[in-house]
Amino acid sequence: MTLTDFQHLMPLLILTFAVLVSMLVIAVGRNHKIMYVITAVSFLAAFASLFELRDVGRYTIEPLLVMDGFGVFYIGMILLTALLISMLSYAYFEQREERKEEYYLLLLLATIGSCVLVISTHFASLFLGLEILSVSLYALIAYLRTRERSDEAGIKYLILAAFSSAFLLFGMALVYASTGTMEFAGIAAAIAGFTELPLLLLTGFGLMIVGIGFKLSVVPFHMWAPDVYEGAPAPVTAFIATVSKGGVLGVLIRFFMEVDGFRYPTLVLIFTIVAIASMLAGNLLALLQRNVKRILAYSSIAHLGYLLVAFLAGNQMGVEAVTFYLVAYFITTVGAFGVVAMLSDKERDAEQLEDYRALLWRRPWTAAVFTAMLLSLAGIPLTAGFVGKFYILAAGVNTQLWLLVVMLALNSVIGLFYYIRIVAVMFQQPEAETQVEPRGKLRPSIYVASVGTLTILALLLVYIGVYPSGLLQVIQGLLVTAAP
Amino acid sequence: MILVWLIVILMVGGVLAWISGKVNRTLPRWVALGSVLAVFVLTLYIWMNPLAIVIGSNQSMGHTWYMRFDQPWIPQWGISFSLAVDGLSVLMLLLTFFIGLLAVLISWREIQTKVAFFHFNLLWVLAGITGVFLTMDLFLFYFFWEVMLIPMYFLIGIWGHENRRYAAYKFFIFTQASGLLMLLAILGLYFIHGNQTGVYTFSYFELLNTTLAPEAARLLMFGFLAAFLVKLPVVPFHSWLPDAHSEAPTAGSVILAGLLLKTGAYGLLRFVLPLFPMATVEFAPWAMLLGVIGIIYGAILAFSQTDLKRLVAYTSVSHMGFVILGVFSFNEWALQGVVMQMITHGLSTGALFIIAGFLYERLHTRDIRQMGGFWSTAPKMGVIALIFVMASLGLPGLGNFIAEFLTLVGSWQANNWLTAFATIGLVMATIYSLRIMQKIFFEANRMEQPLPDLNAREMLIAIPMVVMILWLGLYPQPILDTARPSIQEQLQAYTEPLIEQAPIARMDRIEMEAIPEKTFGTKKPKEAKPSSYLQIFKSSN
Repeated sequence: MTLTDFQHLMPLLILTFAVLVSMLVIAVGRNHKIMYVITAVSFLAAFASLFELRDVGRYTIEPLLVMDGFGVFYIGMILLTALLISMLSYAYFEQREERKEEYYLLLLLATIGSCVLVISTHFASLFLGLEILSVSLYALIAYLRTRERSDEAGIKYLILAAFSSAFLLFGMALVYASTGTMEFAGIAAAIAGFTELPLLLLTGFGLMIVGIGFKLSVVPFHMWAPDVYEGAPAPVTAFIATVSKGGVLGVLIRFFMEVDGFRYPTLVLIFTIVAIASMLAGNLLALLQRNVKRILAYSSIAHLGYLLVAFLAGNQMGVEAVTFYLVAYFITTVGAFGVVAMLSDKERDAEQLEDYRALLWRRPWTAAVFTAMLLSLAGIPLTAGFVGKFYILAAGVNTQLWLLVVMLALNSVIGLFYYIRIVAVMFQQPEAETQVEPRGKLRPSIYVASVGTLTILALLLVYIGVYPSGLLQVIQGLLVTAAP
Repeated sequence: MILVWLIVILMVGGVLAWISGKVNRTLPRWVALGSVLAVFVLTLYIWMNPLAIVIGSNQSMGHTWYMRFDQPWIPQWGISFSLAVDGLSVLMLLLTFFIGLLAVLISWREIQTKVAFFHFNLLWVLAGITGVFLTMDLFLFYFFWEVMLIPMYFLIGIWGHENRRYAAYKFFIFTQASGLLMLLAILGLYFIHGNQTGVYTFSYFELLNTTLAPEAARLLMFGFLAAFLVKLPVVPFHSWLPDAHSEAPTAGSVILAGLLLKTGAYGLLRFVLPLFPMATVEFAPWAMLLGVIGIIYGAILAFSQTDLKRLVAYTSVSHMGFVILGVFSFNEWALQGVVMQMITHGLSTGALFIIAGFLYERLHTRDIRQMGGFWSTAPKMGVIALIFVMASLGLPGLGNFIAEFLTLVGSWQANNWLTAFATIGLVMATIYSLRIMQKIFFEANRMEQPLPDLNAREMLIAIPMVVMILWLGLYPQPILDTARPSIQEQLQAYTEPLIEQAPIARMDRIEMEAIPEKTFGTKKPKEAKPSSYLQIFKSSN
């Protein structure tokens, strides 16, 4: 590797360095605040280093990684999200008894894994990134060991994730067996001549889709999502829903764009079925839930289905739509789980619908932020979610995926039911005239961390909803290099 | 720039009203009143201006627009913040702000909880409606179309009656689902136009020039129709309306009946007619049939209700049947009637809801079986109610008569049979309207305690409405004059030679009848009979 290689990997190196430093700091003495500051600063520094890479064009680090506009944007998105989640985590864990310091270590590691995913161009780096991400997540999910459901969630994720990794590996092996290469570009060259995929290769791709589909929690590989969402601490749930899925989706887009998988009707059919099933199952099952975290879990399954619609458009506009929607979805999801984290107490997370009754009259600002997030998930104007959904619909209509587009519209309506139900619960009149809850319980630093984060997210949500031009420009500018 | 101010004042006023609730409980009411009054005056000012602008390719029409505002919003997608106002829009805006003022006033006593948040929602609904009536960009149109839903949902869901949550839910889901179909149609139109011309834009005036294959036009039209027919509502899609109307607080019912339904009619006039001339002609007999079914079905159901607000809600269904009947007649007579119907129905139904609100405030019931004999105890209320009940049944001299008469004259030219059936609705309107008077104000008084009559504030609300409905009934010419240029513009596609190739024999009739319309309302010696009818109105004042 040359020096320029290192320069181009600067964000990853900063994070790796931060991991080492944190480990040493823990060895010297435990201090929650210092750990938090190190984490936040390293995320910021890594993000700042991306500005050097803005005009990178396409820089390949043979043979594993590539740094291009697409990668820069996705890494930036992941880093900012991780930063916001770490801010929420600080407030969340400060109120809890457990040892908190290792949490940040794992968070940093998982973020590195996700960043590696979005810039990988080789099965080896793909798998490496995925495992760094997954292994950290096993520990993160079960982090609050004494909680009732955290072990269950952790074990469930561990077993299923290991299974899916095996599927992925086997798929890679089959693809390698029939093409003789593990590089995306090499695979693309090897199959360029085929109009129809040979059976062995198709099996390989199919098994890989199982592995990837599990990480994205799309139907029929979604079984783990509600339980893990429910059992994991709220900030970790936010992390799984955003950073982890975003990274995997990034590598999926890169791989598909590279090998031009949209040429093969079989693959398109598989993804179409998966998308429709995810939208329908996610939304319909969410209707049956009374637990806010589980509702959000099913809603995230449905949202991944929406994202696949734009993904299936398979052109530049589709990629842009996916990226735009991901930004909106990240903001919204982190915001929603941020509210959940903020309302949680020492014993348990605020996950029952009952916890939100008459919230508007008890804590008006929190309720307003949560309402905004839910409306954004439902795709109501003035929020980022609306523009994102519009973009996806536009991409779908543009490539005339009528079935998918109509399904999306139908599902948005089903989705409204349960988002509005949460909103309605929050807006219910309290039985007795309740007072606005005193806010003095929290220390100022925690208060700034959680309230500040939520405020930033809410402002971003509305800003993108009202003026999406700026974000569009960035996306369109950086993603020029994405489509071959 | 004034056009932007209309929306900005309402939105900022809403936020101010919310904040000012921290200072004082009555301050939000004054802030809301002030903001609506301000935009009302601004709209009157716009109305006083001459028509000065030509937009689009219709140079032959002359000036048809008062003013416009254009600012790129999301240039990457060809979306601009494009507002424009013509006769149709200005009338709708005047109605919006007039009803808005009343809505603030009637809530003065009725709303006692979360006052600040209530007025925030009220002003934002008005802002959304204003946006819908102003915007000339289809993306922006959908945007405002959705913006008005959420505050309305809260108005019903928080301050409504017993069954409010169910009603709010139903309202929201119906309108949202149909709105999404419209969004798909908008996108379809956007891409078809983009592929044809290479210019991807949501601008209304650009999209008007899209040439559509008949098949595509039909599908896209149904997308738009879905949203507008649900909102209007037309009979198979009307079931949200009685629930929403009867459960909403008075101000909510007034805005729903007076304004939200009108956005559906406005959408038909502004978008469906000019964008899909061929497809609408094909669909017209069915649409008119739905209209007639709505007229009769709404009237029958209105007659059988015991809940006063539900009863009034079903009369809305009946009256909106005339709107759809008129719109799909494709001639100036009928469309003038439709515009009049939108305004007069907004006033008369709004007034009936307000009276229902007054009664509910005093009696805490909406059940007309428990009412009776109030004429002697509350004569002022009785007289006001009588005027609006008469308006609702279409008594000459009151605005609704003009509206229904013009609509029927127009639709007769398009379809004799259906018009004949539609007139049955007028008889039925008489029956259910008189039943309202009979049950509430006559018969024996079953109440123990005496009913207090209208106080000064309530008279302040009622008197302007009476004046307006009388004015519209006796001298509608200013309204007709204001609406005419824009109606002619909406109908242009139907009067141009292009349409003669349409394989519908019935259209030839309209072509022939369209000739005297050119002289509609002007003083030419050899006028056809219908025009001299209008002349009577002119000279009688």
